Amino acid sequence: MSQAALLDPLVPLAYRVRRTRRELPDIATLELVPVAGEVPAFLPGQFNMLYAFGIGEVAISMSGDPAQRGVFVHTVRDVGAISGAISRLGAGAIIGVRGPYGTAWPTTDAEGSDVLIIAGGLGLAPLRPAIYQVLANRARYGHVAILYGARSPSEILYRAELERWRRQLDVQLAVTVDHADASWRGDVGVVPKLIPRAGFDPTNTIALVCGPEVMMRFTATALLGAGVPAEQIHLSMERDMKCAIGLCGHCQFGPDFVCKDGPVMRYDRIAGFFAVREI
Amino acid sequence: MEGLERIVLEHPFFAGLEAKLGPVITGCARNHRFDPGQYLFHEGDPADEFYLIRHGSVALEILPPGQPAVVIATEQAGDIVGASWLVAPYRWRFDARARELTRAIGLDARCLRDKCEADNHLGYEMMKRFLPLVVGRLEETRLQLLDVYGKHRA
Repeated sequence: MSQAALLDPLVPLAYRVRRTRRELPDIATLELVPVAGEVPAFLPGQFNMLYAFGIGEVAISMSGDPAQRGVFVHTVRDVGAISGAISRLGAGAIIGVRGPYGTAWPTTDAEGSDVLIIAGGLGLAPLRPAIYQVLANRARYGHVAILYGARSPSEILYRAELERWRRQLDVQLAVTVDHADASWRGDVGVVPKLIPRAGFDPTNTIALVCGPEVMMRFTATALLGAGVPAEQIHLSMERDMKCAIGLCGHCQFGPDFVCKDGPVMRYDRIAGFFAVREI
Repeated sequence: MEGLERIVLEHPFFAGLEAKLGPVITGCARNHRFDPGQYLFHEGDPADEFYLIRHGSVALEILPPGQPAVVIATEQAGDIVGASWLVAPYRWRFDARARELTRAIGLDARCLRDKCEADNHLGYEMMKRFLPLVVGRLEETRLQLLDVYGKHRA
């Protein structure tokens, strides 16, 4: 957490949009640099609170390379007033930033193990920093597999990067889509279906999973079925975060607050809450 | 063990099958080779065979009226194509198209159904293999129907 945020954690700092990239019609990636001061270090899996002035604040995961200092990278989907305003910001615009907050993907604990990275839709964005970190330290891990599911071929996020990772000889990458016409040459089906082909040692695997909650539940079930112990499955949870520092309770999930006990949470600690309504 | 029997028993679908059932099942089996684009079967055709994919991949397609075919699933080496042979009136409910050179073992449905009727142990072994497959595909279809990556995602 930055010094300024420690002093007054609810006051955002001013950042400037350095560059934007339109990933998909409703998804943009923004590079943010501080108007004054330095960018604090962050861990893969953490998030920032981004403030669109006059509209509101929203939690958005880091999607950039943690080794690249001096910039925050966020990939934002237009799903409402705040995220829509942020996703339409252009270079030079000013935005408020608080963070980084939350728990991280266990990329260090996973050293020596096989790593199974499973993303669905926009869930690839919070996993991308972990992918960068694992690939930058590839020799420290066993088998590395990236499994990605998208709605359709035209809605594949970071397509150029996926193609680059696929060309890497020491990484297994598989992409599937839920729907396609006959011109699509790749797989069609849900992302858990890719798990049996991922070629990992289940007892020595750390699984990192991010996507819509239903997709993560199906995926966790498939991982358990493949023999991966629940404590080796990590999910990135999403709830309506407001304060982001464990005070307001908006993001409560069972006994935990997603903002401070998450967003990355171990499946064995949260599995019992998925089926609870109005949690 | 003969070549075809070995191939059948080495397919993941038959993992753990008692060796004595190998010749019984292989008696209903034959080899297939499908060129890219060739259809294994079409919707409405008699479901008189199902396939153990050994190599290649198969797209399961539905043809909406006046529109291009929609791929609902793809199956790879190690997968099974076809469950309609188990359920009357034994007609395929979709098209199956080889997306590349595909090699498969076809199992004659009537032959296998008759053997399952005559030997309930064999029938139970087949049910234990097909039921998880069918339930898995039902769950996958439900997940697809939820459209979790859509804007109003589940």
